[in-house]
Amino acid sequence: MPLEGIYLFGLLAGALALLAASGVGSLLAGRWSERGAVAIGAGGAGVACVAGLAAAVGALLRRVDLTVARPWRMPYGEFRLGLDPLSAFFLIPLFLLSGLAALYAIGYFRPWKGRNPGRFWLFYNGLVASMALVVAARNGVLFLAAWETMTIASFFLVIFDETDSRSAHAGWIYLVATHLGTALLIGLFVWLGRGAGSQDFGTYAAPAGMAGGLFVLGLAGFGTKAGLYPLHVWLPEAHPAAPSPVSAVMSGVMIKTGLYGIVRLLVILGTVPGWCAWLVLGIGAASGILGVLFALAQHDLKRLLAYHSVENIGIIALGIGLGMLGVHTGMPALAALGFAGGLLHVLNHAIFKGLLFFGAGAVAHATGTRDIEQLGGGMKRMPWTGAAFLIGSAAICGLPPFNGFISEFLIYMGAFKAILGSGPAALGGVTVLTALALIGGLAAACFAKAFGIVFLGEPRSAAASAAREVGASMRVPMAVLAGLCLAIGLLAGAGLRAMDPVVAMLTGLPSSVAAPGAGRVLMPAALFGVLALLLGGLLLLAVLRRRLLAGRANRETVTWDCGYAAPAASMQYTATGFAQPLTQAAEGILRPRVESQLPQGVYPASGAYHADTPDVARRMLFDPLFRAAAKRLGRLRWLQQGRVHWYVFYLVAVLVLLLGWALRA
Amino acid sequence: MSAASWIHPVLALALAPLLPVLIQRVKALFAGRCGPPWGQGYIDLWKLFRKGGIASRTTTWVFRAGPLVNFACLLAALAVMPLGAVSAPLPFDGDWVLLAYLLGLGRFFTVTAALDTGSSFEGMGASREVQFAVFAEPALLIGLAALARETQSLSLSPIYAGLAAGGELPLRILLGAGFFVLYLAENCRIPVDDPATHLELTMIHEVMVLDHGAVDLGFIQWGSALKLWVLGALWAGLLPLGALPGPLSRLAAGAGAILVLAILTGIVESVTARVRLLRVPQLLVGAGVLCALGLLLTFR
Repeated sequence: MPLEGIYLFGLLAGALALLAASGVGSLLAGRWSERGAVAIGAGGAGVACVAGLAAAVGALLRRVDLTVARPWRMPYGEFRLGLDPLSAFFLIPLFLLSGLAALYAIGYFRPWKGRNPGRFWLFYNGLVASMALVVAARNGVLFLAAWETMTIASFFLVIFDETDSRSAHAGWIYLVATHLGTALLIGLFVWLGRGAGSQDFGTYAAPAGMAGGLFVLGLAGFGTKAGLYPLHVWLPEAHPAAPSPVSAVMSGVMIKTGLYGIVRLLVILGTVPGWCAWLVLGIGAASGILGVLFALAQHDLKRLLAYHSVENIGIIALGIGLGMLGVHTGMPALAALGFAGGLLHVLNHAIFKGLLFFGAGAVAHATGTRDIEQLGGGMKRMPWTGAAFLIGSAAICGLPPFNGFISEFLIYMGAFKAILGSGPAALGGVTVLTALALIGGLAAACFAKAFGIVFLGEPRSAAASAAREVGASMRVPMAVLAGLCLAIGLLAGAGLRAMDPVVAMLTGLPSSVAAPGAGRVLMPAALFGVLALLLGGLLLLAVLRRRLLAGRANRETVTWDCGYAAPAASMQYTATGFAQPLTQAAEGILRPRVESQLPQGVYPASGAYHADTPDVARRMLFDPLFRAAAKRLGRLRWLQQGRVHWYVFYLVAVLVLLLGWALRA
Repeated sequence: MSAASWIHPVLALALAPLLPVLIQRVKALFAGRCGPPWGQGYIDLWKLFRKGGIASRTTTWVFRAGPLVNFACLLAALAVMPLGAVSAPLPFDGDWVLLAYLLGLGRFFTVTAALDTGSSFEGMGASREVQFAVFAEPALLIGLAALARETQSLSLSPIYAGLAAGGELPLRILLGAGFFVLYLAENCRIPVDDPATHLELTMIHEVMVLDHGAVDLGFIQWGSALKLWVLGALWAGLLPLGALPGPLSRLAAGAGAILVLAILTGIVESVTARVRLLRVPQLLVGAGVLCALGLLLTFR
């Protein structure tokens, strides 16, 4: 096994090196040939992702657990990389989605002539490599360096479309938010490393009684990247602004590095106080419910999807919170189910959210708009994209037989285990059950709207009626992800075993199957029997329908509109109208800005209704906070002279002060 | 898994078309009319399955998939739904989550099929349907959680077997009331929706299937009848029927309870009016509160 582990580790290291080399190579090649730049950048990313995926899957199946260290000339820094089940598990969606997004990007950027594509591939391949490095790092300084590289690379990808002024603003919000999170993380690592005198993850030791404080610090720092409510404010700005392949990678895997951080912190700390579990449960429920509510009120397809990322991160947090509750109350079955469900949802969310962002990107690519109210009739014009988006929609709503159902099912089962028990754990179970049920209903409403208005009915604008199906390089990634949604939904019973070592790391159990009662629940074979029955029944019904209709007159006509024979596209229900009953019910939370012109008189000639729902956390919490900060800090503006010799003076002054401080002893 | 467990799905498929007719006959009795003949449900299906199709030019395969997916979901639901404390064919821990989500899948595809027509009426119905589901789904799951806690099991079959053997009366009453409201709402009956209305603007479920015809409409009608049956079985299991000897007599008693529920529905439809659409969420939240009270009872 150790030898095998070294080979897999080498494969991973090779993938990282190839990503870095191909990114730089693509930028250089772009000076001479656009096609050459794409070939080097995308080819390097593709090969590296296949290699990385193979290494991650192999490491997870073989239960590899090893660490490799190289000295690094950096105070406290060391090039210490590790590959254990937890890292391997997070690397799987990372390389899977990044590889597919690279393929998708080839088609997506084809119309962008005359601009060096190497700029994109440099940052894209850098982003993928730094994300993998974050997951593999075993040293605090190295982790922060990789974390920062990831942030910078994704920032440049967000603002990549320089023709869109909004993306610059979105990138700015992202940069500020994510650096505030990083500041907290620096505090976390300094605190963790103080006792041990080293930044090696293995030597970290939480000072007695401080585990709770450290966890909260990590939760806030990592939660900013993950998009936990109310630290999510950058997410609905940055994800829509980025090019679609980047949105898919950011939403599907980059925000998961925040969750990885939280889970890794749990492993490092070992035990955290019970109230931490309740905190995670509460934040998870808030993120889940508020995320989907805000998604429901959006008209921008990609912004809607971005809010669904907040929702799904909330679902994952509910699973992790249940797992922590199980560890705290000594219920191994609950712990195993909660962690297994939460982590499986990490993988599943990467798959269906990547698919949905690819679909949204294809629609934007074909029509030039992301405004749902301008779209319609996409299914007829883009049948592949439409079918893939439908599968992704059903999967994200947690509907059987797709993958989202499996992970939500595990979290539900954890909640039931808690409810059947006694004491405070039952309260946690009821919280999760209610939150998940509410989220499920709202998500179904939201995706009935998103899919129904964009892909069904008649086109609502000239751009939508001129839409054409996208090319193969964009279709293939969608088809692969849609296939995975179904495959995981039907075959999870067999695949869940591979997750045992990951769950064991978090629960402290030898293996989740060894937990009393957990093994039986993790793989209810009859569930897959019923799912097979569902699909078999559907197939049978389709054949029966065809047989019954064969040989009979099958006619086509207009849609029934009370006998009105000239239905127009503008008569269709709008997305705003579709969601209005629910957004109205949640008006107190959403606080939409409504502009309406009610019909007047006996023969009203016109009427209008428009509702816009900006983020409440941003409007009510962060905007006032930053305005106040800007006002206070504005008094220091005299320091900014704009003359270089003043800045040189500042540098010298600070250096002299530091020298004095260092020599004080 | 015994042979007796397969009787329920067959029984449901065969007898479900009786339920809408039974409700109509009760309503006719109240109105002083004679109502449709007992076999009307079967006659309608026979007629619809032999007709040629007609569909809107706007529609795609999503429109045609809607009724089939919904029907397949109900077929799959029958695999986990026990009747009269006789185990279902494929019970497993957590099967009630699958039941709730199968109903959700059927609803999702019914709604998308409606939106596929591009009709504003159908869009309106679809919007209302998803809105009510948001309130109904948590109520259903909380009620089932109460039953799970009461019987300390995680699968519908042992839950209802345990409930037939014993269980507290207050819990049965609270959940009986809660599930009855959910049954009326999910099956689009008065006071939430009126299956007999003739005005598109006021419809919910009926308007979503306006453009469907022939085989598709047949599957929709059979599917609605099956949904009455499945959710009826959920309610019927709350009655203390476990004392009866032998699975056959218990199955018969369960089927009888479903018929009684249909008669109750007919009575409710005859003596009450629809509530305003804006008040429907309140009604459903009320059902949720009843279920939550039931759950609270089990914590004593």
